Amino acid sequence: MSSTKVILIGGGLAGLMAAIRVAELGHSVDLFSVVPVRRSHSVCAQGGINAAKNLKGEGDSTWQHFDDTVYGGDFLQNQPLVKGMCEAAPGIIDLLDRMGVTFNRTPEGLLDFRRFGGTLYHRTAFAGATTGQQLLYALDEQVRRFESEGKVRKLESWMFLSAVLDDAGVCRGVSAVSLRSGEVRTFPSDAVIVATGGIGAIFRQSTNSVACTGSAQSALFQQGVHYANPEMIQVHPTAIPGEDKCRLISESVRGEGGRVWVPKAAGDGRDPRTIPDAERFYFLEEWYPKYGNLVPRDVATRAIHKVVYELGLGIDGKNMVYLDVTHLPREMLTRKLGGVLEIYEKFVGLDPRDHPMKVFPAQHYTMGGIWVNNENQATNVPGIFAAGECEYQYHGANRLGANSLLSCLYGGMLAGPAAVKYAQSIAKSAESVSSAVYEREQKRQEEIYDRLRSQQGEENPISLWKEMGETMTQHATVIRYNKDLQAADAKLAELQDRYHRINLADTGRWGNQSLHFTRELGNMLVLARLIVQAAALRDESRGAHYKPDFPDRDDEHWLRTTRAEYDNGSFKFQFDPVDTSLIPPRKRSYTSS
Amino acid sequence: MAEAKTILVRVKRQAGPQDTPQWEEFSIRWRPNMNVIACLIDIAENPVTSDGRKTTPVSYEANCLEEVCGACAMVINGHSRQACSALVDHLEQPIRLEPMSKFPLVRDLVVDRQRMFNDAKRMRCWVPIDGTYAIGPGPRIAPERQEVAYALSRCIFCGNCLEVCPKVNEHGDFVGAAIVNQVRLFNMHPTGAMHAHERLRAVRGPGGIQECDNAQNCVKACPKGIPLTESNNDVNRQALLDSILGWMFH
Ligand SMILES: Cc1cc2nc3c(=O)[nH]c(=O)nc-3n(C[C@H](O)[C@H](O)[C@H](O)COP(=O)(O)OP(=O)(O)OC[C@H]3O[C@@H](n4cnc5c(N)ncnc54)[C@H](O)[C@@H]3O)c2cc1C
Ligand code: SF4
Ligand code: FES
Repeated sequence: MSSTKVILIGGGLAGLMAAIRVAELGHSVDLFSVVPVRRSHSVCAQGGINAAKNLKGEGDSTWQHFDDTVYGGDFLQNQPLVKGMCEAAPGIIDLLDRMGVTFNRTPEGLLDFRRFGGTLYHRTAFAGATTGQQLLYALDEQVRRFESEGKVRKLESWMFLSAVLDDAGVCRGVSAVSLRSGEVRTFPSDAVIVATGGIGAIFRQSTNSVACTGSAQSALFQQGVHYANPEMIQVHPTAIPGEDKCRLISESVRGEGGRVWVPKAAGDGRDPRTIPDAERFYFLEEWYPKYGNLVPRDVATRAIHKVVYELGLGIDGKNMVYLDVTHLPREMLTRKLGGVLEIYEKFVGLDPRDHPMKVFPAQHYTMGGIWVNNENQATNVPGIFAAGECEYQYHGANRLGANSLLSCLYGGMLAGPAAVKYAQSIAKSAESVSSAVYEREQKRQEEIYDRLRSQQGEENPISLWKEMGETMTQHATVIRYNKDLQAADAKLAELQDRYHRINLADTGRWGNQSLHFTRELGNMLVLARLIVQAAALRDESRGAHYKPDFPDRDDEHWLRTTRAEYDNGSFKFQFDPVDTSLIPPRKRSYTSS
Repeated sequence: MAEAKTILVRVKRQAGPQDTPQWEEFSIRWRPNMNVIACLIDIAENPVTSDGRKTTPVSYEANCLEEVCGACAMVINGHSRQACSALVDHLEQPIRLEPMSKFPLVRDLVVDRQRMFNDAKRMRCWVPIDGTYAIGPGPRIAPERQEVAYALSRCIFCGNCLEVCPKVNEHGDFVGAAIVNQVRLFNMHPTGAMHAHERLRAVRGPGGIQECDNAQNCVKACPKGIPLTESNNDVNRQALLDSILGWMFH
């Protein structure tokens, strides 16, 4: 068999795993990333990764993991691949363990597991409280090994701009820009895997990293790649509000015994440490006795919202509640949660071992993403595959904590070999495609840049970005009303209009960050509109998508995947049936004890 | 109303590797809990110097904004550190921002730290596994040992330890404390240890551990509290034994 070259966009967990699989099969990889891959957003993951290893004698099973995941996602997932993922999980943990991930251990030297939200089992393997960092490093190191053997070529500080599509609509490579020199180039290849992660920047202050803009997903969408369930956006209940970003305080803090509360009396301004237990309202424990502080994220987020906005019990009258670990042993806190508590200490200046933390919900994750099929991560465009947070397959209407790292790895494991297989099966390879196809795409991209450089007007990209973020956070997160969503869409359309009047202070080529950011901003606005339009259409409440005017789940009409197609500036929606062949949908409720 | 509080930030600008650096000063509106990155975003939104001259947004690197990706290292008020965890209220003003000096400059505050990744490659900083196939669990590891390894493996490749090291300069090519620490980490792992000899040979080679003259600036500059002096001593000892006993020592 001849050797194929696969292009990989993104070197987070999903991209690196796919790269390893392709290289391992003897093929070569061009790996593109806006940041050096070791600095990818996956390093932010704190709490852990799920696998039903059942090492705690609880009778856990991969089926139970599957059931928790589907139930947690409010039945919006196509079930077969989710089952596959849960079954593969224990083997994936073994693989990571062999790669040298410094997972926490039991006294017997085995892997330790902690509890996470939406399950009653200890199912989450962890490396201190910087699990994503440790996982990403292990994969980065394996990829470096393949790099030293010449099987992987890294193109770091290169930003993907578009797919190169031939006249038949088949993907023949990509166009990208060097963030250093500003040069735009095309790169031929027979298969492309997209693993560009989350879209937090659309909400501006999210828990995501700077590079999580969703620009690549949006560019592909505008080229004809379908996008599914855009409206499914996860808001994490516990983050530290911040000027530049909202820093996450991981669910693992509650997994290890952290408790959420507010003072029972509105406006109680006392030092929280002096407020006696009887005068504290542990609302999650009271409302959800069985799961307590470990209800799924959508449930916890709405509860906090209610406590703050409906009951008026936010700390000091502000949007904040306490997340308290001061009752837990210091040594354990440092050993198991050091990495997270350090973040609070560094950025707030108080030691959470002594002071209850003040937290509030923030945009955290997108369940929706690039549409892929139910077998092998292929999109609807031949030659384009997707894996990781950028695709929609595994989490339905709400993702359970510690399931994302898993879905990234599983998706990457499937996408790598699938891309190779596809590349080897096509009759005509990229080499035989006319160079005019590549020249055409390069020219199109250069023209977009030229236009941005020469635009006149009074607008500034950062200001537009802030307005977009505010609109999205206000109207498209925890609570949604149709009239607000429509107003948000109108606002976004206005921003798109003003976008053409952005006047760049810097029109040079070398290292011009604001130019590339502006490029991304245009794409973010498209994705933002897609999110609010899809949210407006779904008249029900399911998982993270909650409309007070339609408070119940409506399986009859809405047990459907939203699937969007770009159509000359507007969007066409279709609603596909969901494959619920393995676990029949049942009512989702965490209240009973 | 009282006048809004402002912050003064001076940035050492350089358009490209061949250009001459120059300082620009910006005045920024103070808000609670600001870090240096928030200041740089403000400058991008309004790229005008404090004397009213229009300029370009400042180029800088950042990703995680919570001190775990390593991207945002720069020299702040003379100290090499991460910009995202540099809180404005804790900094003396005017705040001075400069690029790191030990790495090739790209533009403004952006430098190219590729050499660290290249050195990691040279030192074979990975656990050599047979493949990704399902071949069972990894080796058992005692919790005490895991805790030591975890502390070492939190290195974010920021390069602060290289920036402050007197032996990393135009003349010397010392790999730096971070890479020596990586050698220790991988030699500690039961499977990683199978390559210990190659790693130790490389770490004794040009730019290797012998260049270190124990100034111990690295350990003070490391934002992740990595025990770099200890790693250095440990690898030194291993390298010595390896040079005397060769593979028999492993
Ligand atoms: C604070 C935080 C904590 C979390 N904790 C957990 C946890 O404990 N457990 C869990 O399971 N999940 C957790 N998650 C979710 C999880 O971290 C992410 O979903 C996951 O890491 C995404 O990985 P990825 O490989 O899809 O993308 P990323 O890691 O985001 O990588 C994306 C890659 O794409 C590249 N890229 C992006 N755009 C372009 C472009 N245009 N051109 C070229 N390259 C591009 C980037 O450079 C990067 O290399 C957490 C998330 C956050 C925000
Ligand atoms: S050892 Fe510390 S200072 Fe050096 S690169 Fe690693 S984290 Fe940065
Ligand atoms: S932005 Fe990641 S360390 Fe500062």
